[in-house]
Amino acid sequence: MPTFEVNSHQYDVDEDGFLQEPGIWNQDVACDFATTEGVEQLTEAHWKVINYLRNYYLQFGIAPMIRKLCKETGFKLNEIYQLFPSGPAKGACKLAGLPKPTGCV
Amino acid sequence: MADENGKPKTKLLDELEKGPWPSFVTEIKKTSDVSPMCDDLMGQLELSYEERKGHWKHGGIVGVLGYGGGVIGRYSDIPEQFPKVAHFHTIRVNQPSGWFYTSDALRTLCGIWERHGSGLTNMHGSTGDLVFLGTKTDELEPAFAELTAAGFDLGGSGSCMRTPSACVGPARCEWACYDTLKLCNDLTQAYQDELHRPPFPYKFKIKCSGCPNDCVAAVARADLSVIGIWKDDIQQDDKAVSEYAAAGLNIQKDVCDKCPSRCMSWDGGKLTIENRECVRCMHCINVMPKALQPGKERGAALLIGSKAPIVAGALLSSVLVPFVPAEELLDTIQELVKRIWEFWDEYGKNRERVGELIQRVGMANFLDAIGLDPAPEMVSAPRDNPYIFFQKEEAK
Repeated sequence: MPTFEVNSHQYDVDEDGFLQEPGIWNQDVACDFATTEGVEQLTEAHWKVINYLRNYYLQFGIAPMIRKLCKETGFKLNEIYQLFPSGPAKGACKLAGLPKPTGCV
Repeated sequence: MADENGKPKTKLLDELEKGPWPSFVTEIKKTSDVSPMCDDLMGQLELSYEERKGHWKHGGIVGVLGYGGGVIGRYSDIPEQFPKVAHFHTIRVNQPSGWFYTSDALRTLCGIWERHGSGLTNMHGSTGDLVFLGTKTDELEPAFAELTAAGFDLGGSGSCMRTPSACVGPARCEWACYDTLKLCNDLTQAYQDELHRPPFPYKFKIKCSGCPNDCVAAVARADLSVIGIWKDDIQQDDKAVSEYAAAGLNIQKDVCDKCPSRCMSWDGGKLTIENRECVRCMHCINVMPKALQPGKERGAALLIGSKAPIVAGALLSSVLVPFVPAEELLDTIQELVKRIWEFWDEYGKNRERVGELIQRVGMANFLDAIGLDPAPEMVSAPRDNPYIFFQKEEAK
């Protein structure tokens, strides 16, 4: 299993760099993973998205649909891409410590 | 596992090189001289054939910054055995309308892929995109940078508006009832956001065919199929019809008798077409291209809902707007697509195509939601189906 090391922290991740053990997530984890996804600094707007994803995941066990994410956080899709350049699935979900979202290619 | 040249032994795959047709095995073997990934690719595939089991993992998420699609992540599930294909991601590159390239453009594309990937391409994938097969995560951004510098962009993947595609249309075909190439390009430009940043419950495809021959199979694969059609009469050249007859064409048997709506008659000297009964099947035009042509009042029919069987079964598109004049096509499609997306986005389940949504809620509700009136052309056989719903009190 690959590991990801940053700021003297070490995480078990899958091949795409998603956290393997969602239970160990905390805010430091989000900051650590931000370094791989082109996010320079986590602002209030970032946390709004991350916390929404995190809470949705804890409640339902999956990531929300894109439309729901935009509706509930009030961000348009292109604003989410400005916050998380690698996108909601690869970027925001990874920072929120969700397992890799599944979907069709 | 390897022979004396260090190449993997591929007893089963070699069977696919036999026969007169092209073989992907031969092509990959040829490329293995310049691309080290190819040997491991062949090795893993041979193993898959032996074990009857695929060795690609499902569902990698990789990409380039700013885009949510265009790259399909592939990982081997036995990377220790085949380290050179531990990563083998696919990049979709948006094809030019009608797949017209200069030789220079093709060389540039292949050069980029030999520098940043396996050098193997698929020209073209069934989505229509130019497909670059096999690269590592680290090579994605450099490949993307070179592609954009050369004037190319990524195509769509995931739950987005997929790369629109079009038949060669008026560039090479006199039957094109509208400019498929221009429409495809205009739609691609108009929906860059929806193409690169997946916003939908699932994929949405638009394909543009110039005439009912439907060379891009829009009716079978596109959520919105744009199929060229004419409104007036078939253009007929009687002299050319006689020449076909003189040259030995059996017009009664091979043309009239094959007409699905039996709208043609041949008295041995004159062909008569009852144009009001014509269903635009193209058969007579295909058989006698020098004598018959689509009419002059040209445009397209818009059809909705087809898909291949992935989650649920296959569907064909059905008519939504029977005729749109060629010059109004872009505006009409944009307005229609806006309404369709609003409804689908609101009510579509995760991974539900628009055709499946229509089946679930019923065509009547769908039409109501997008503000279209039902029309007889939406029914496959209006002559056999009176298409009248009696209310209970009326039926007494």
